[in-house]
Amino acid sequence: MSGPIVKVRDLVKEFQVTRGRGGPPAVLRAVNHISFDIRPGTTLGLVGESGSGKSTTGRLLVGLIPATSGEIELFDETITGRGGAAALAKVRSKLQFVFQDPHGSLNPRMRVGNSIAEPIDIAGGWHRKDRADRVSELLETVGLPRAVAERFPHEFSGGQRQRIGIARALALKPDFVVCDEPVSALDVSMQAQIINLLLDLQEKLGLSYLFIAHDLAVVRSIATDVAVMYAGALVEQAPKTALYAAPKHPYTQALLEAVPRPDPNRVRSTPLGGEVPSILSPPPGCAFAARCPRAMGVCPNEPPTPRATGEGHLVACHLY
Amino acid sequence: MAAPLLEVQDLTVRFRTDDGWMTAVNRVSLAVGEGEALGIVGESGSGKSVTALSILRLHAAPTTRMPTGRIMYGGRDLLTVPSRDMRAIRGREIAMIFQDPMSSLNPVLTIADQIGETLRLHQGLDQATARKRAIDLLDLVRIPDAARRVDEYPHRLSGGMRQRVMIAIAIACRPKLLIADEPTTALDVTIQAQILDLLRDLQRELGMSVILITHDMGVIAEFARRVMVMYAGRVVETAPVGELFRRPVHPYTDGLLAAIPKLDVDVRRLPTIPGSIPDPTAMIPGCRYGPRCPQVQEACRREAPELVPAGPQREARCPPRVAAMRANL
Repeated sequence: MSGPIVKVRDLVKEFQVTRGRGGPPAVLRAVNHISFDIRPGTTLGLVGESGSGKSTTGRLLVGLIPATSGEIELFDETITGRGGAAALAKVRSKLQFVFQDPHGSLNPRMRVGNSIAEPIDIAGGWHRKDRADRVSELLETVGLPRAVAERFPHEFSGGQRQRIGIARALALKPDFVVCDEPVSALDVSMQAQIINLLLDLQEKLGLSYLFIAHDLAVVRSIATDVAVMYAGALVEQAPKTALYAAPKHPYTQALLEAVPRPDPNRVRSTPLGGEVPSILSPPPGCAFAARCPRAMGVCPNEPPTPRATGEGHLVACHLY
Repeated sequence: MAAPLLEVQDLTVRFRTDDGWMTAVNRVSLAVGEGEALGIVGESGSGKSVTALSILRLHAAPTTRMPTGRIMYGGRDLLTVPSRDMRAIRGREIAMIFQDPMSSLNPVLTIADQIGETLRLHQGLDQATARKRAIDLLDLVRIPDAARRVDEYPHRLSGGMRQRVMIAIAIACRPKLLIADEPTTALDVTIQAQILDLLRDLQRELGMSVILITHDMGVIAEFARRVMVMYAGRVVETAPVGELFRRPVHPYTDGLLAAIPKLDVDVRRLPTIPGSIPDPTAMIPGCRYGPRCPQVQEACRREAPELVPAGPQREARCPPRVAAMRANL
């Protein structure tokens, strides 16, 4: 089998923010030395709560924002550091992005067909007939009738709009798609439809996904591998089955425990106390230490390094 | 059995839209007993929030036709009491919390001011006493360091803390009924667990009744004792929570439960409900779920089904399924 199509090494993203009126600028580290791979035809589910840095990671991966340090390799091209811009230009047509909000990401004044064809128009060099054929083909691929190309976004439900967003992402036949919370804004009955569509497309077109979500059950239904993020750092990553069967990191365990199950007989244990720490003044050690039920003396002082605890199972925790 | 605390009968709410009048809530009836936890579950457009807002008469007047039906509380119909009396009921007898704790709090007032407002208005407390009570209430909703937090502004608080403040405001006058409309939807899952535990503890401590409105079957399973499922403005099924999950009667409840992504098992493909929620202005003859229902029959398309009894404390708006269920017993 060929190597990974996405290789991320020691990736860091910092933002300058101003605190208060005229105060000195502070540095917010949204992504803190993370590393992972994505193999062709697979899905990495990136899970975390708000402010964990998962969306920033997604945007870094398709070159929407520049990295502060570290390395991103896409299709054997290094898009970070010197020569990164030229490398990104080479692979850009293979990358696409699906957004969370199917309302905000479609131009309300543009006919759906033109929205879908926008990547084609930007790439240029398509005949009118080919462009129209491609739009029809794309609509069919995502399960919408061809005739909807002439209609406007407001005529569609949230689920249908997300299908349109997916059709647009597929226009230039990408190989790697970042899906940032693509089903979070949808009703349950629509969620399942869109998840199944993404799975079908992966099978048919051999796509690879980075699937960003806060919902662990949604991630289980689509991912091949799962990475858990907390306050900018990756605390655990593993093949899906291993992660859900035997989560190692205390944060992953707490996160799984906190999810309400559709089972009235289940008794949930006491939830994790406290809240996600500010990443403006992160503790020197493990970011989770303050909330961790199993924290030890070393935890607040020394950052844990990821260790392998099984085949492809990495945990950043002093317990292991 | 004692009379319920609140009884809604045949509530219908209509909105004016560009395409004419649209029925958001269609002949909904419900009852909440004292100390009971009722869950209302449904997807967008099901009418669950409009039902809740109507109980407190908080619907936007210019676009809403006066709801019809009856909302019986304390021997009076809330749809007909004078506005002044209604103001005395809101917050004191029946309180409500909303999904988004940021936009429900006033950004330029301190927490003390906002909790105090309710206390001064309903209980006539002076500023100093109200502040002291506000600190007690923050303690009650488990906000650490309450004496300091009480003087802060909402932007200094996290989403979870803001929702705790909203709950503190809601319970300030010890209401008999708390209506919680998607109280944890905007929160992270670990914070959601904290807030659900808090609501349950408070309900027990204060002996409140709670109506919890959510789209999340998991939240329903954790919190509610009795559940009402809504679809396109109508109640499609009511049942005790255990029964609902063990043996859903209405095909919509069935489909909804099946479509939930599973956390504890791997499935290759999730079962789906085909199609999407109907346009609220669309005229659908017969059952409104009919166009999406895998078990639809000829009769379903002709005539709108009524809610029929489906066992002890159970009702479902699907006569064919109820009949089939009975035949199998």
